[in-house]
Amino acid sequence: MIIQQISIFLENRAGQLSEITDILAQSNIDLRAIHIAEATDYGVVRLIVSRPQEAANLLWDKGYILSTRPVVAAPVPDRPGGLAKVLHILADAGIDINYMYSMFGSRDEMAYMIFRVKDVKHLCAVLEANGLNGATPEELGIQ
Amino acid sequence: MERYYQPEIETASREQMLVWQNERLVKQVQHVWDNVPYYRKKMEEKGVTPGDIHGVEDLHKLPFLTKDDLREAYPYGLLAKPLGECVRIQSTSGTTGRRVVAFYTQHDVDLWEDCCARAIVAAGGTKEDVCHVSYGYGLFTGGPGLNGGSHKVGCLTLPMSSGNTDRQLQFMTDLGSTILCCTPSYAAYLAESIHERGLQDQIKLKAGIFGAEAWSEEMRRDIENKLGIKAYDIYGLTETSGPGVSFECSEQTGMHINEDHFIPEIIDPDTGEVLPEGSKGELVFTSITKEAFPLLRYHTRDICVLSRKKCSCGRTHVKMSKPMGRSDDMLIIRGVNVFPSQIETVLLEQGYPANYVMIVDRVNNSDTLEVQVEMTAENFSDSLAQITEKEKALVSALKAMLGIYAKVKLVAPKSITRSEGKAVRVIDNRKI
Repeated sequence: MIIQQISIFLENRAGQLSEITDILAQSNIDLRAIHIAEATDYGVVRLIVSRPQEAANLLWDKGYILSTRPVVAAPVPDRPGGLAKVLHILADAGIDINYMYSMFGSRDEMAYMIFRVKDVKHLCAVLEANGLNGATPEELGIQ
Repeated sequence: MERYYQPEIETASREQMLVWQNERLVKQVQHVWDNVPYYRKKMEEKGVTPGDIHGVEDLHKLPFLTKDDLREAYPYGLLAKPLGECVRIQSTSGTTGRRVVAFYTQHDVDLWEDCCARAIVAAGGTKEDVCHVSYGYGLFTGGPGLNGGSHKVGCLTLPMSSGNTDRQLQFMTDLGSTILCCTPSYAAYLAESIHERGLQDQIKLKAGIFGAEAWSEEMRRDIENKLGIKAYDIYGLTETSGPGVSFECSEQTGMHINEDHFIPEIIDPDTGEVLPEGSKGELVFTSITKEAFPLLRYHTRDICVLSRKKCSCGRTHVKMSKPMGRSDDMLIIRGVNVFPSQIETVLLEQGYPANYVMIVDRVNNSDTLEVQVEMTAENFSDSLAQITEKEKALVSALKAMLGIYAKVKLVAPKSITRSEGKAVRVIDNRKI
């Protein structure tokens, strides 16, 4: 359930984001999740894509400033109270969430949330101990 | 009826002025030769001795001094009096490496205050006035200079210093300030605050003496209308003393230079050649009365024009135009001297590329500075908090270096044009 996230520096001006999605589209790379954190003059766009290494190389070659880091795609029961249950597990384990966002689509009545935490392995262990066994990257459509 | 602080000097004939200047210059060159080895060496290199200087017509034979000399000779290299005879220092606004420290004997302070007193009287000041000094006090010359001048005129002096607008307005209304001394941008800000609070009827101001930064005629009219006053320009630099090197009279067509203390020349900044009267060029000053820090032929880097056209105020001293620009890359932002190289230093220290653009603008009569910097892989993180933390560190470092706030704008890599030859580092959108 550990996957690679790509974060890209974006200046706040029209057309910046579409340049990135164009680059990915041209190489037939699928977007699995996208999240934008905004400051006044710039933003950080975070992507989960089908072929992270290739996407990172492509964007780097185009001159984007980016970084990659492991994040956790945690399974969340796709029903009312599903996320609440997962967040309780994290709270009880004393795990700090830096930020989180959702992936597109669901599978076997499970939705997937991306968690950015300090220790991804610890988070996986805690989730598994609570019966939340995540999907493999392949199952999530990520190579 | 025009009034003068020192009528016999301010309305002296040109002949009389030349007699004073010749006598003082000869004496000053000897004083510097005897007491300032740094300048003596420069004279020797140029093959000039005090014996070659008989009067103003020989001034062009003397070597120039620049800000680089001041930096090289920092702190005592240009001092011409024993420290035991010095009573004060003043310094230019906070800049590492470019700091200028000027020394004053009691006599120097006295003459400087006379110059400021002339400006206050030219603005209509008398001992009945309440002179509200909102220039900064401290190392900056603005507060101490006008404060001393105000004392000499006999005004009730309010040493307000800058900032704390609430207190400024309270004293202004409660004590009935009649003359305001501050930067033009602060005057515009105070004028706006007075209107916002509906205090117009409680303000007794009649004149303002505004300097230390460039301001337009349009800004002058705006301040005059809003405050119901006459606004006078004043000019000076720490290197020669401070404000009061020149000042405006009722005609408001240029600033009379206190020629009995400072001999002005206009030169070609590239060749150093003295230009004929009326030419536009760089202003160079020779201090002929300063004891502790007597700079000869000092490059101000200000570009202006001198005029000896007869003035309706009766003063005979030559007039200088408002500075029309600079012959170096120094910017004056909110009254503070800023060099692009300082920004470069901070960026490199903070781990940013030295590829940047400074955008200077004037919003609501107040200068703004934005520094655009390219994001780098090293400074980037997926966490916005980490990026903004680094950005805040950069803003603090810039503030510490420049003495003023600069907004930082992080931009995409390679979005700032790489220099081909001379890079455009400064975009000044101010309409002055």
